[in-house]
Amino acid sequence: MKFNAVKPEDIQYLGSIVGKENLVAGDDIHEDFSHDELGDLKKFPEILVYPKNSEEVAEIVRFANQKCIPVTPRGQGTGLVGASVALHGGIMLSTARMNRILELDEENLTLTVEPGVLLMEIAAFVEEHDLFYPPDPGEKSASIGGNINTNAGGMRAVKYGVTRDYVRGLEVVLPNGDITWFGGKIVKNSSGYSLKDLIVGSEGTLGIVTRAILRLLPRPAKAISLLVPFPDLERAIETVPLIIQSKAVPTAIEYMERAVIENSEDFLGKKFPDSSSDAYLLLTFDGHSREDIEKDYEKVAHICLNKGALDILISDTQERQDMIWSARGAFLEAIKASTTEMDECDVVVPRNRVAEFVKFTKVVEAEESLRIRSFGHAGDGNLHVYLLRDELSKEEFNKRLHKSFLRFYQKAKELGGQVSGEHGIGFAKRPFLEDVSGSIQLDLMRQIKRAFDPNNILNPGKVV
Amino acid sequence: MKVFVCIKQVPDTTRVDIDPETMTLKRTGIETKINPFDLYAIETAVKLKEAHQARITAISMGPPQTEAAIRESYMLGVDEGILLTDRSFAGADVLATAYALSQGILSQGLPDVIICGRQTTDGDTGQVGPEIAEFLDIPHVAYVRSIIEADDKGLTVEMDMPETIEVVRIKYPCLITVEKGIFQPRLPSFKLKLATRNRPVKLLTLADLPDSQPEKYGLKGSPTQVLKVFPPEVSSDQEVWQGSSEELAEKLHAKLKDLKFL
Repeated sequence: MKFNAVKPEDIQYLGSIVGKENLVAGDDIHEDFSHDELGDLKKFPEILVYPKNSEEVAEIVRFANQKCIPVTPRGQGTGLVGASVALHGGIMLSTARMNRILELDEENLTLTVEPGVLLMEIAAFVEEHDLFYPPDPGEKSASIGGNINTNAGGMRAVKYGVTRDYVRGLEVVLPNGDITWFGGKIVKNSSGYSLKDLIVGSEGTLGIVTRAILRLLPRPAKAISLLVPFPDLERAIETVPLIIQSKAVPTAIEYMERAVIENSEDFLGKKFPDSSSDAYLLLTFDGHSREDIEKDYEKVAHICLNKGALDILISDTQERQDMIWSARGAFLEAIKASTTEMDECDVVVPRNRVAEFVKFTKVVEAEESLRIRSFGHAGDGNLHVYLLRDELSKEEFNKRLHKSFLRFYQKAKELGGQVSGEHGIGFAKRPFLEDVSGSIQLDLMRQIKRAFDPNNILNPGKVV
Repeated sequence: MKVFVCIKQVPDTTRVDIDPETMTLKRTGIETKINPFDLYAIETAVKLKEAHQARITAISMGPPQTEAAIRESYMLGVDEGILLTDRSFAGADVLATAYALSQGILSQGLPDVIICGRQTTDGDTGQVGPEIAEFLDIPHVAYVRSIIEADDKGLTVEMDMPETIEVVRIKYPCLITVEKGIFQPRLPSFKLKLATRNRPVKLLTLADLPDSQPEKYGLKGSPTQVLKVFPPEVSSDQEVWQGSSEELAEKLHAKLKDLKFL
């Protein structure tokens, strides 16, 4: 891959597009922009630009395409696989200043936003209007643009599905600078290939999302969570397929272990409401009234008790929900704070194989002598497994890490799973994608990439 | 040890409408919950029970649907519940509320310890606890942030004052109001819900109280009249600062200190 460096006259030209105040170059670029949330991969862009609208994005991309300068789109940089790191330098295009909520259409139940709006802003805005945007990734300070590009689904996927299911339309700037809409405010669409769905999860390699039409739902009046202590993790996770089989539809089924909860207590300086056990399931149910939800969860509560749950603890008020979910939301940061360095794997497996995979992480932990922590979405089969360096030398850590990764992805493949459930492939998981997905799929993906971006200027070195 | 916990059912929402006629909160049709501060009182009682085999009684005053709050207290480890419910208790201010609760407690025989939350989230006065103790003529300590010792004679507690922590020894029978954070409140247990399904809630009406003069209770017994209830003004003053990270951090620190947030 041969790219051109950013020259002083390029900086001048880009400045004429976005304005000098929306451009940072060279050594003035803050260190934050050299990495993402995981931080191991470090590389500075040569120039960082903050366009304010689709037309500016289009002009930047058109210019970069002519000059053969790579463009790395960036939301809030909360990714975990290096997708928003400027691997080949060039231009980093931040969507942070395209952060307006453009339209709430209550007749079509859609919300039109710019890509820089944060997930927590969307959640708060729609709640004000008694509406609901179901996707709920743990990282609430992520931007919707970044979120669409990884298709991260988050905590409510069991009942509501993932981000893709809530993207109705996208305005996209293509690598040649064309601005186009895929999809729209339409519920059904059988008009040719769904290019909108191709952009969702494309990690900034096919086009830059400049506007998104999101689908909203009426807001469920109430949500109640159940925190279920089990004598051990195995029994906790083995209960999950029975819950799914029972036809109850919780919005979330999460599993968590004492050690991770303690990390989170230390990190937040707040006590978790229960410490009676080493392993928990956390389930959430939503509905129109407390009575409806109670009817739903009673069946599940009895299933849990029959499988040996110590009790079922009920979280039915905002204070209680905050207590539990703030701890849950801090798990990633808390584990990170408990070690020197870490890497992660967010494999997804069929839901009835989760227990098997979690057991396997314990085997790898012992055999590779690497501290491993995990938590995750037991209800949708997406696990977050963290491999921690602690006091190991960098070299030794990388060695054990690589071996463990190979074993994890091999296992995921055996179980009928995939490399990533929601964090994406980016740079870090590329070596494993072909192993699991196979060369037929990878070839197709590469051809799609070439069709969109023949000069390979958009986020080169990622995904395929 | 015999422990009473006073609890109140409050609206489970921050959006509450006010009845323009009576100037009271509209309570019909909205979700309710146990006053969050009272959960600390219940947890304190349950901790005493675990250490000293206490018997816990929850007491509340309110319309019949307040039974739900008592039932929830059973799911947290409370052993029995009493609900003061009578039309003549309606419209009570803090004084009439405290008097009714003190009479309710008295009708059951004085316990060793009465525990209240430090305040409610809907009334916010923090006065009912100490007033109950005054009516019962027993010693009381407010703002208790920890119990250092509980023996057969009394409690040694830490009282959280604005500038100081006072360590206080208080003899039974006594009343304490507890701070948020004295213990982490547990979550209601489904097992206890099943186990206490048929446990009764004792209802007390005016006639059951030692002092049954109606003019002591409810609106008639309330010297406080609410003239007007309105939401506080929200200030939207903004300041925009520029400077290096260090300067801004300094400035922010000074400002927060100035505003007494630090």
